[in-house]
Formats: sequence, structure tokens, C-alpha cells
Amino acid sequence: MPEEVKQSSSSLGELRSQLAASRRTFALALLALTLVSVLSIVAATGVGRLHFPWKTVIEAIGEGLGFLQSDTVERTPLLVVFDIRLSRVVLSFLVGSALGVAGSVFQGILRNPLADPFTIGVASGAAFGAALALAFGLGGTSYLGLGTIPLVALMGALGALSLVVMLGRVQGRVRRDTLILAGIVVATFLSALIALVKALDEEAVSAIVFWVMGSFQGRGWIHVGFSLPYLLLGLFLVLRLSRELDILTLGEVQARQLGVEVEKVRSHLLIGGSLLTAAAVSVSGVIGFVGLVIPHLVRMCLGATHQRLMIFSALLGGLALLWSDVVARTLLPGGEELPVGVVTALVGGPFFCLLLKRRKGGMILD
Amino acid sequence: MIRVESLTARYGETLVLQGLNFHAAEGELIGLLGPNGSGKTTLLHCLSRVVPLNTGKVVVLGRDLNAYSARELARVEASVPQRLEISFPFKCIEVVLMGRYPYQREFGTNSEDDLSKAMEAMRLTDTLDLAQRRINEISGGEAQRVIIARALAQEAAVMLLDEATANLDVSHKIQMFDLFAEMNQRGRTFICAMHDLNLAALYCQRLIFLKDGQINIDGPTLKTFTGESLSNIYETEVKIIEHPDTGAPQAMFVPGKGSRQKAAGSGQQSGINVYV
Repeated sequence: MPEEVKQSSSSLGELRSQLAASRRTFALALLALTLVSVLSIVAATGVGRLHFPWKTVIEAIGEGLGFLQSDTVERTPLLVVFDIRLSRVVLSFLVGSALGVAGSVFQGILRNPLADPFTIGVASGAAFGAALALAFGLGGTSYLGLGTIPLVALMGALGALSLVVMLGRVQGRVRRDTLILAGIVVATFLSALIALVKALDEEAVSAIVFWVMGSFQGRGWIHVGFSLPYLLLGLFLVLRLSRELDILTLGEVQARQLGVEVEKVRSHLLIGGSLLTAAAVSVSGVIGFVGLVIPHLVRMCLGATHQRLMIFSALLGGLALLWSDVVARTLLPGGEELPVGVVTALVGGPFFCLLLKRRKGGMILD
Repeated sequence: MIRVESLTARYGETLVLQGLNFHAAEGELIGLLGPNGSGKTTLLHCLSRVVPLNTGKVVVLGRDLNAYSARELARVEASVPQRLEISFPFKCIEVVLMGRYPYQREFGTNSEDDLSKAMEAMRLTDTLDLAQRRINEISGGEAQRVIIARALAQEAAVMLLDEATANLDVSHKIQMFDLFAEMNQRGRTFICAMHDLNLAALYCQRLIFLKDGQINIDGPTLKTFTGESLSNIYETEVKIIEHPDTGAPQAMFVPGKGSRQKAAGSGQQSGINVYV
């Protein structure tokens, strides 16, 4: 049947060109999103109670980064734009990226598109650590120039992860369903403990509440420096295993049959995802919805391949949180700030409902 | 090729397989038959190292199963699972490319070679048209063929199929088994757990019947596929006739008394309606 052979070979070529086109679209989208991210970072730095002309803003950033000679701009704009605003904008972008990537990792490992970085109790651990520290009056103390809170929160996050993995282990194997259950149990228990701490120490309540809702108030370059190593380590761990994560979503049995070392890969991914979450939570508190909505949205647009999913979730998560924080610090008149977690929840909740409703709509990019 | 020696496996306290011994030679196409819960899937899972052995051993290509690394084993054995649990929107081509994972390095991407092999596997399983579709948006039978393509892309010497064609329509069932038979001719070894007795009798040279976790009968199809053995194993009355073309034995099931009268009396009442 020479005709049939010819037909199939032409459709092979067609498929090849379709795949190449899809790669081009992906590269273009990536480029565009990176550009938008850079522009957003600059733009968000110009927004605030004190108004500076754009020229001053750009010069202040340039000088702060060492591209321009010192004394190009005055001290006040330099301090406000570079030290206060840019550091905060960069931190919110990084935290959003970390949450977006961690969300896609946890959704993949737990094979549940409704999981997020907080499903397995990592965030509750961090919040509990922070609440304890605040109640003991450690909020004002510092270590190496950095508040004690991030350190304690990080320890809380990693402690909660170990506890969940220990509880989720059945006959030497970590299982997906027991992991989710253990996570819910630990998270609920820790929330109760946080409530207890709040009840016992009324003075710390407002600080704890603000922290639990998440905020970037008063954060600076030192916090960027603190969370960056954990963030990079976490990113390295999960990006390296993106193919394995793809296969893991087919279930443990098929993953083994395709040659994936399930236990090892899964624990590396869990550690990587938790490091990302801890890096985020320890400097910003518990910010919901970014880690749930962003990976979900990206998966709907781009499909399930985790390499793409992670890269786009990082950029989109960063953008989402960056602008949420701008809203949080400028919405109320008179310099009052909203916890940024309130903004992400108020925007993210309805948006997520919309996503679920539109589910049948198919993929946007292909 | 695959040697199984006094294999025992248990789930918790329950003994699922007890003391299995057999040898599958290179180039055999073996049907693994038996009622529900007889241990077919568990046996395939033991062979692919998903379920750990309790006692005994499995030797694949002269090497103990436990001596293989995860990727090495996936280059030697490819499995098609009974149930698919794909809830994420992967494209079918991406799913087939997962079959190339055992050949890829860390940080690896799909090479031109991987892509060619994946597409060839899709051509053979008649799924090329589905390449750009999402696996969670196609029918169960189509997804099953995509998974068969993924197993082919693994280029393994041994294929372990667990009800691989159960969801397929008749023509695709035959098409897939023709493909398996052709690959088998060229030296690939197949072990297929099946419920479709007649399909097994059409294609398999050898049948292994499991019952209650033990090998009940093991031998060439013509000798083992008898009314007596089938009736005994499946605990229902079975009669054998010859296939009009190939002469292969085919099982005919004997219905219970109630339904027999209904079928006989149907001649008068049921006219046949043809809709044009």
C-alpha cells in the first residue's frame, strides 16, 4: 500500500513541524513574560506614597546596582527607591516564584491539581515557629542583623515536613494518600497550637495575625539574601527532576516500570518543594492562593510538562505576588498596609472559581 | 530469558503467589490466564519489580532482577498497565516520549532519535493522529493504544502486558495482537495477562493458568486449552470448538438453564430492525 505509506510519512513531517512551532511559541512566550517581569519590577518600584519622576527612579536603581556613578541621585530617592522599594519588590517577586514552583511540584507529587505548598503542613510549621517566637517577645531581636523570625520560621517549616514524612511512611514507603492525610493532621494540629499561643498572649496577637496572613512590610535586602540560598537550592533540586515528576504523575507503578527511582526522586522533590516553601514563608508569612492558582492556570494554558510548568509558574507567580504587594501597600489611604495574603485571597479566590468553571475551555497556547 | 524460581509474594498477611516456577524462553508469546484474583497482575508486578518478592528469585537475561538499576530494567522490560490513572493534561506524544526516559541522562531532553522512535511507535499503534491531543481528553481505548506505543518506545526485549487490549474495540484488538505477533516473530518475548480466552488461544503459543496464586496448568495452547481444564479453572462449563480458519481452539460458554430457553424462543418474536 504505497499510498498509505506516503500519507503517514507526510503526517510525520507535519507532526514534526507542529512540535517545532510549539517550541517556538513557548520560547516567544517565555521571552515576553521575562520582559514583562523586568518592566514590572521597575514599574512597581516607582509606585508609592512618595512620588518620584521616572527618570529619578531609573537612575536610583542604576546607582543602587552600581551601574551609575554614586551621587547621581539624591539620598532620599536612593533610599526610598533602591533600599526600601526595590528590595521589597524583588523579594515579593522571588517569594511568588518560589510559591508558584512549589505549588506545581506539590500538585505533581501528590497527583492532585488542588494541592498547594501548604497542603502538607510546611507553612503551618513555619507559622507556628513564628508565632512562638513572637509570643516569647523575640520579634525585636536579631541574629546577624536579621530578625529571629525568619530563622525560627524556617526551622518550623522543616520540622513540620519531617513530621509529616515520618507519619506518612507506611512499611518504609512514603505513600501519596497517607502523605496528604498526615499533612492535613499536622497542619490542623499546628493551627490549633497557633490559636492557643494567640489566646495565651494577647499582646502578640496582632503581630501573629499579620504574620499568618503574610506581609512584606519592613522587609529589605537582608531578607532577600536570607531566603535566596534556600530558594536556589530548592529550584535546582526540582528543576533537575522535572522529567521524573512528569512520569510520577502517572502513578508509582508506571513510574517504576519506566525506570524512575520512585523513593529517591520523590524525597528529593519533597525536600526541594519544601525548601522553596520555607524560603518563601520564612520571610513573608503565609501567603495563600499563589501556589494553588498559578500552577493551575499555567497547566491549563501550556499543558502538564513540568519543565515548562515550573518555569512559567515561577514567572507568573512572581508577577502575581509583586502586583498584589503593590496593591497591599497602596490601597488604603494614609499609609496603612493590608496583609498581602488578604489581597491574594480576595483576588485569587474568585479567579480560581472562574478557572474551575472554564475548565472545559481547553488550552490557550498549544 | 525470564526464569522464575519458587516465587512467593504477599500483600501484608495475604499470600498472593505461592511457589511459582517457570521459564519463559526468548521469543515466546505467553498468555497468562486465570480468574479474577488469581495473581496475574501481582505476577507481572513481581516481574517488573513493582512488588517485592517474598521468597524465591527472578532472573532476567541471566541476571538477577535485583541487580538491575531502575533504568537498566526499563530498557529490558516494558509494561502496559491494566488501569490508566492519568489526570494531568499531557499530550499523547509527551506520554509516548516518557518511554524514552530510561535512555536519557539527567537534565536530559528528547533527542531527535527519541522523537523518531516515539513517532514510529505511534505509527505502529495507529495513534499518530492523536499525537497533539491531550491524553485525558481521548477515549479509554485510544489512551490504551498510546500507552502501548509508550511501551514500544522503550524498545525492551520483554513486554509485560496486563490486559493491554481490554478496552479496545475488536478491530484494534486484532490489530494490536497482529503487531505483537509480528514483533514476537522478530524475537521479542511477550507475557500477556488476559481475560479474553479466545484471543489468547488465537495468538499465544503457550498458556500459563494461575489459580489461587499457583500455577495450575502450563503448556502449549493446543494441549492446555481444553474444555476440561477451562471448566475446572473458571468453574463454569466451557466447550471447545475449532476456529474455522486457523484451527485454533476457541472456547464456547454454556449459559445457565434460564437464559437458554429465552434464546431458543427468540425466533418468533424478535424481528430484526435495520435502520438505514
